[in-house]
Amino acid sequence: MSITHVEPTTVYIKPANGLAALNLRDLWTYRELIYFMIWRDLKVRYKQTLLGAAWAVIQPLMTMLVFTFLFSNVAKMSSDNVPYPIFSYTALLPWGLFTTALNNASRSLTSNTNMVTKVYFPKLILPMASVLAGLVDFAIAFVILFGLMFYYHVTPSWTALWAVPVFLLLSVITALGVALWLSAINVQYRDVGYALPFLTQFWMFLTPVAYSSSVISQKWQIVYALNPMAGVVNGFRWALLGSGNPPDVLVAISAGIALIVLFTGLIYFRNMERTFADTI
Amino acid sequence: MTIAIRVENISKKYKIGAAPGKFQYGMLRDVLVDTAKAPFRLAASAFKRDKTEHAPRNTNFIWALKDVSFDLEEGRVLGIVGRNGAGKSTLLKVLSRVTEPTRGFVSVRGRVGSLLEVGTGFHPELTGRENIYLNGAILGMKRAEITAKFDEIVEFSEVAQFIDTPVKRYSSGMYLRLAFAVAAHLEPEILVVDEVLAVGDAEFQRKCLGKMNDVAQQGRTVLFVSHNMSAILRLTQDAIVMNKGQLIMRGPTAEAVDYYLASGQTQAGERLWEADEVPASAAPFLPVALRVKDPRGAVVDSFRSTEALTLEIEYKLNAPVTGLRVGVYLCTVRGEYIFTSFDVDDAALYEQHATRQAGHYISHCQVPGDLLNEGRYILGVNASSFGVKRYFMDENALAFNIDPMGAPGMQWAEPRQGPIRPRLGWVIEEVG
Repeated sequence: MSITHVEPTTVYIKPANGLAALNLRDLWTYRELIYFMIWRDLKVRYKQTLLGAAWAVIQPLMTMLVFTFLFSNVAKMSSDNVPYPIFSYTALLPWGLFTTALNNASRSLTSNTNMVTKVYFPKLILPMASVLAGLVDFAIAFVILFGLMFYYHVTPSWTALWAVPVFLLLSVITALGVALWLSAINVQYRDVGYALPFLTQFWMFLTPVAYSSSVISQKWQIVYALNPMAGVVNGFRWALLGSGNPPDVLVAISAGIALIVLFTGLIYFRNMERTFADTI
Repeated sequence: MTIAIRVENISKKYKIGAAPGKFQYGMLRDVLVDTAKAPFRLAASAFKRDKTEHAPRNTNFIWALKDVSFDLEEGRVLGIVGRNGAGKSTLLKVLSRVTEPTRGFVSVRGRVGSLLEVGTGFHPELTGRENIYLNGAILGMKRAEITAKFDEIVEFSEVAQFIDTPVKRYSSGMYLRLAFAVAAHLEPEILVVDEVLAVGDAEFQRKCLGKMNDVAQQGRTVLFVSHNMSAILRLTQDAIVMNKGQLIMRGPTAEAVDYYLASGQTQAGERLWEADEVPASAAPFLPVALRVKDPRGAVVDSFRSTEALTLEIEYKLNAPVTGLRVGVYLCTVRGEYIFTSFDVDDAALYEQHATRQAGHYISHCQVPGDLLNEGRYILGVNASSFGVKRYFMDENALAFNIDPMGAPGMQWAEPRQGPIRPRLGWVIEEVG
């Protein structure tokens, strides 16, 4: 086989000083690798399991059932004039995406040590693939949501057509932002793996998944909005069920925070990337 | 000629912990404690009268590469040789952009394909087919490229009938063949290869060498690290020798290999092993020296074909060993084996020395004169217990020359082929 004569590009390797560039062009060159990493994650995840992809549905369903029993039947919490099961399930979907993404992404670098230390590729691909792989699970569980909506005679309005993708994008941005921070920190400080279960648990209580955000008093709403997932969950509920307030400044705050977390996460990740092969 | 790779004063510093492996992962606690201690450390050093470089911080670093500079022209094949720990793999990692240099500058013209390990990214749960795509993508091939070469790859790997079985069911040989098959079909402008031939059986190694040769002949720029001198000699045109992070010599391959082989010798004809060159797994066997002597007992590296050679292996045993055999390999400089011989090859002698007690030993023997032809030969040493454990092996321990003066047939000035030049008792009879 002969070498195809494409004008070769020259690459300069030297110790970086100052902030590393975001280098999104490299990411584009390696776009096929993103696809392969997602494909690998998905193929492997349910291999040799009995229930396979059903696990993507079981988790939110089971959680919904437990919540319904505890918060609706026992504690009798309000659910904004919508049946509680569907109220909580709608929130559990983006929340599930968030936690799956975090759990997989924080490990993504450390469980691929051999790739990190032996091959050059934009390491951003690994946490990105973990987050995007979560979308597939999300899609499966989303199908079940339609079943639930049919059962409870809840019809989504036309706004759902644009609102759902927008809020889905927001949840992906949030998940990716936090994933970048956590995966990069985990390379150096393995505490992240230990802290994560506690962190996600705590975060869930701070997000109106099991309860409605209307129970929070007015003065705390702004502080509450600093949690980007709060904006995502409220937005999802409004888009699909029509419950709660339409997007307002609070959602805008959440979105703003999510973008800041993503942007700073990208910077931190890119700067730490040069030391990954040495510290992993 | 265009320069494909220009390396200028590349240096790489690694931190080494006081207790390596114990607190390798920085924990927040360590960082906090360290920060808290800093003012005390500063105060203590201020009171020290001692002006010498005594700060403990300095011993926590090692220069894996120190001011390495060289140019490589397009289409050339460069070998890199050196002892373990010389910095060869680190250099390749810097060139592959896996790790960043601490100082210095490299410019690389063209796409780099790195083979630092075979089977990077292979996942045991996926089938051979799926892993080919995955591994190919990780190494930088586009999906279309992989599909185009798929059949070739499968054919090279000889695992066609298992291609749809999960890789975790493969034998180690099949795994290696598949992994190498994918890597061998990488076609970048610059190929960087790190000792991937060190694994696998002889058949596999032969195949790999063949493929590497093809790649090198195609006009690609190749950087090749290996401990296999015959592979280096066969595949590369130039070679560089590295030692302790520095580039100590660059030249045509034959000269560089010579220099490398000679560098472990304190005097010609002798090879000594320093403690840090002997892996811990060799214990309780500790090689001390390998020597060749002429009939007068002098330790030299040039002999006459007609003279007997004495081979001597000096070693220590830190504990009694059973079933130990210590011996040598003799190879031509092209890597062809001539013979392997162990000190207890004689059954009676083996019975006598079935267990050797701890102590200091020399095993020596004579290679008869009128055996070896003119040329350069490489001696390797091996200490093992058959079927149980290989204590120590060094295939390129010592080199020596044979000159043919006085050998049969020297009245004609023609070189004789083959490593042997025996004096056969020819008789000429007239029959009828």
